[in-house]
Amino acid sequence: MNRFLLPFGIFLVLLGFLFVGLKLNPREVPSPLIGKPVPEFTLPQLHEPAQAFSPQSMRGRVWLLNVWASWCVSCRDEHPLLVEFARSNPVAIIGLNYKDKPDDARAWLAQLGNPYALSVSDRDGRVGIDFGVYGVPETFVIDKQGIIRHKQIGAVTADALREKILPLIRELEQG
Amino acid sequence: MRALAAALLTILAVLAGPAAANVAAPTAQDPVAARRSVDLARKLRCLVCQNQSIAESNADLAVDLRRQIDEQIAAGRTDAEIVAFMTDRYGDFVLYRPPLKATTVLLWAGPALLLLLAVLVLRRALRQQAKTPAPAPLTEEERALAARLLREQAAPGSDRTQ
Repeated sequence: MNRFLLPFGIFLVLLGFLFVGLKLNPREVPSPLIGKPVPEFTLPQLHEPAQAFSPQSMRGRVWLLNVWASWCVSCRDEHPLLVEFARSNPVAIIGLNYKDKPDDARAWLAQLGNPYALSVSDRDGRVGIDFGVYGVPETFVIDKQGIIRHKQIGAVTADALREKILPLIRELEQG
Repeated sequence: MRALAAALLTILAVLAGPAAANVAAPTAQDPVAARRSVDLARKLRCLVCQNQSIAESNADLAVDLRRQIDEQIAAGRTDAEIVAFMTDRYGDFVLYRPPLKATTVLLWAGPALLLLLAVLVLRRALRQQAKTPAPAPLTEEERALAARLLREQAAPGSDRTQ
């Protein structure tokens, strides 16, 4: 009896590891940017290309940076949520229009609604690389000091919004 | 003859295909820089298709990152600086050879620990086996009993040769 106990114990431990592994998503790579200042950039605005935007202008405010593109399928999934979010307007969403044609992007927003305070065009994806973007859509929560506090990889879901993003925004607004 | 040539061509095409597809063409022109670029790209994981390096992948992001590598090589950055550029943005996960630090100790030491554990278990098992005494030689009575049993089994209608 005793000699089965050890292998059985090892088996249980292995089972535990595998079970936890089932629930992990290998596509969600933790960002090293959490807790770091938002990367500096200056990019033309999507709707007014003559005007530039830089994250410095958001100092003192909590804001979201949402990476999107008209070619991105999951962006369509999360879009209604963002539109709804913008309607109740807890904080501004800045759109980073990633590797997109401005005409396509503007048409996409005209068709589906524009939840963004403004969007900027990152045509060659360089700013995206600075943000460690690898799977559009991605959403960053940035605090008043310009520190990245959270990164949502993939589409924002109602659950993620309710359980993580909105409480975090409320907490950051206090600070 | 023509069929043979066609077969040879097919074989060549099959052989050449994967070799050419293995690494996407480097964009740098200078051969030394191109070599460095490919070597660096091989060390970095593509986050879109996670089991390929950015040298192998043709995902958009991999192409962009290869371009970054080429530009930074052209700008005179060292390999270490370029790798740091990548890990600052994408984390240690992009490295196929992760650095040794507190969070990765288990990753590096794990196989050695498992091997050590296996050796210890094996040693214990061997010692235990050595300790169990060899069976005592049979007594006269046991020998007689065994002989009788064997005879009985062979006896009825025996067609076996003794």
